[in-house]
Amino acid sequence: MQDLGPYLKEHPFLSGMTDSHIDLLVGCASNVKFDIGDFVSREGQPAKQFYFVRHGKLAVELQTHDRGPMMIQTIGEGDVLGWSWLFPPYVWHFDVKTVELTRAIAMDGECLRNKCEEDHELGYEIMKRFSHVMVNRLSATRLQLLDIYGKRK
Amino acid sequence: MNKDASTTGEQFRITQDQLQKLLDVLRDQGYETVGPTVREGVITYDQIDGVEDLPIGWTDEQEPGKYRLKKRSDKALFGYVVGPHSWKKFVYPPRQLLWRMHRDNGTQKLEEPSEDYPRYAFFGVRSCEIQALAVQDKVFMGSDYRDRYYALRRKDNLIIAVNCVEPGGTCFCASMDTGPKARKAFDLALTEIVEKDQHYFLIESGSDIGTDILSELKSDPATDKQIARADELLEKAARNMGRQLDTTDIKDLLYRNAENRHWEQVAKRCLSCSNCTMVCPTCFCSTVEDTTDLTGTSAERVRRWDSCFTLEFSYIHGGAVRPSEHTRYRHWITHKLASWQDQFGTSGCVGCGRCITWCPVGIDITEEIKSLQDSESLTSDEAKAKE
Amino acid sequence: MANASEILQPEALSNEMLPRLYTVNKLYKDTHDTFTMELVPADGGPSMSFLPGQFNMLYVFGVGEVPISISGDPDRAIPLVHTLREVGSVTSALRTLKAGDTVGVRGPYGTAWPVDQAVGHDLVLLAGGIGLAPLRPVLYSILFRRRKYGKVVLLFGTRSPGDILYKKELQKWRSRFDLDIHITVDRAIRPWRGNVGVVTSLIPRASFDPMHTTAMICGPEIMMRFSIMELTKRGVPEDHIWVSMERNMKCGCGFCGHCQCGPLFVCKDGPVFVYPRIKDLMNKYEI
Repeated sequence: MQDLGPYLKEHPFLSGMTDSHIDLLVGCASNVKFDIGDFVSREGQPAKQFYFVRHGKLAVELQTHDRGPMMIQTIGEGDVLGWSWLFPPYVWHFDVKTVELTRAIAMDGECLRNKCEEDHELGYEIMKRFSHVMVNRLSATRLQLLDIYGKRK
Repeated sequence: MNKDASTTGEQFRITQDQLQKLLDVLRDQGYETVGPTVREGVITYDQIDGVEDLPIGWTDEQEPGKYRLKKRSDKALFGYVVGPHSWKKFVYPPRQLLWRMHRDNGTQKLEEPSEDYPRYAFFGVRSCEIQALAVQDKVFMGSDYRDRYYALRRKDNLIIAVNCVEPGGTCFCASMDTGPKARKAFDLALTEIVEKDQHYFLIESGSDIGTDILSELKSDPATDKQIARADELLEKAARNMGRQLDTTDIKDLLYRNAENRHWEQVAKRCLSCSNCTMVCPTCFCSTVEDTTDLTGTSAERVRRWDSCFTLEFSYIHGGAVRPSEHTRYRHWITHKLASWQDQFGTSGCVGCGRCITWCPVGIDITEEIKSLQDSESLTSDEAKAKE
Repeated sequence: MANASEILQPEALSNEMLPRLYTVNKLYKDTHDTFTMELVPADGGPSMSFLPGQFNMLYVFGVGEVPISISGDPDRAIPLVHTLREVGSVTSALRTLKAGDTVGVRGPYGTAWPVDQAVGHDLVLLAGGIGLAPLRPVLYSILFRRRKYGKVVLLFGTRSPGDILYKKELQKWRSRFDLDIHITVDRAIRPWRGNVGVVTSLIPRASFDPMHTTAMICGPEIMMRFSIMELTKRGVPEDHIWVSMERNMKCGCGFCGHCQCGPLFVCKDGPVFVYPRIKDLMNKYEI
């Protein structure tokens, strides 16, 4: 099997992580590739995995009955995709579809959750990094909500 | 008087007859003489032909939100202070045609307005108002850009100042170091002295033109006693200002307090009526109006006074930059007393008190500053207890 | 002074309020609500020279005047190019003009982007919506002197794929190897294959050397504030960050008072400011 350690180590999300923690992560990791148009997740489906994107581009989408699928955000190289695996009931909230051919490292959610429970230091590291990503996405979403380029009445 | 004997700064004594003569001389020299006169219950500035057009025997009672003309017990010519108008209206009129444009067969032609402006002699200019003119000079002529309309109207103004021996109820020029005695930038300056048994004027020249004009009048050198009397009156006036403003650290005080909750208290009273900006002798903001004639072949552009208290003033696409009343008040007072210093190297306030008198709800610029100063000297607990 | 003539000869003053007449050479639609006007002097004389970031006051007969930044090439004086967004009565009236029609032009006014000070630096241009227009002269200018600069990155965010300004030009520039262009939109539907997200999200991954970067930002104030936060997170020094401010303008030369932002007259002290000069004001309420 390919050693994913070096790939994990160089992913921005994991920068500064200790070797021993990386080793723990490797045990939950697998290499994946998605073709253009593949669904990586579907709203309502079990969120078994999350992804460290190595390159490519994916769109987080929300299906609307009147306007079709709305692209909320695109995710690309160096980003992390998915946090539904972290909280019960471990179900995806959005559709994610690839816009470009995408390579990523898939992480088994349950596997990592168990390791985090066993090793709280690892858990804290993972949690810190995820909350940082979440805060950034939240503030980006707030900015998006303002529709700052739109015409005012 | 012998012309050679007259030098600037020297005081002479003249009578009321000679004041009439002064007006005659000015008009003979082609000046349009404008000065204080009573119109519709207020003292305003308008054309005056003779001494009899001045508000003889009138005085004004001024308090926050209050202005009343009252008869004096004497026949003083300058026994009042400033009314709602200022000399600003002559050099920077409320409406100024900027240009016209004519359209004919697809071509457009620009027509500049006539520049045949009157040569004004401003008669009866108070010291604070001389300072106000100097402040506007900096606005319109002091930077890389100079306003031609203003510069041409301002060019040949002759200033006949009157020193204030009786400050008004809302005056605070002594705090702003702009009065009550005119110290510079006048051609002639008068001090009126009304005693039980005599009524006369001390006059001094502040320029060569002033000296020339003074030489046409019959005058005697003022005696030491007369000069001492005038000085005494002016010193007393400085001590008896209706208002006071502590200007220590005022720029930083306002900058520091941009987000003080006190502004919301002021806004509860402020009507955003813009009276304060209209009566202010230094407020210079303007907007433009574009119109066409009915046939659509001629268009014109007029500049008119504007006020930072209106919602449209700061409008950009999407809305006003200052939609709240309290930030508009804050902007005005901060501009006047603080940012003006950064922009033009001088305070924008000359202490004339007009904004206090003509505020319909009596908001007092000196009181608002005092409130800010007090709010800083209280600890937050004390401030809470006070509320 | 008693006498204003002591300090100047007013008769010799030029009149800043008088527009110069220009003829519309071309007017074309960029997006559903933006259009570009190319102007030439009506008298056939030489056009104005300007610096990237400066603006003109454009007058349309009988309707009024609006401040519009110049969006053409500073090294090519004719035609004089402006890109406008149709948001009010004057811009709507300008939109209806045709080739051969006349407009009044006053300017150029205001401060410029620091294209000379930035020589030797990496450049990050951050544009939001119509904010790309005042930055386009910078792009023309630096592409003309490309070797004087390090990396050049343009990060452009706009509302939707249909709102992308200068689409063809951006496509052309994207094919250059010495220009790094990233576009993102706030919302999209398929088949959009570009980025979706706010423009600030492009900053963390953009390729530039923060300590030796000059950043120029033009867009809505909120977008500029958030962009500055991301740039400083990356380590770009505050005095290497420049912004272009928008305020109401009636005169362009500091007489009318409308554009005040604290002690600054945005028309003549700006519109382009180095960030530390305007930092405190940008973060205050309704200044």
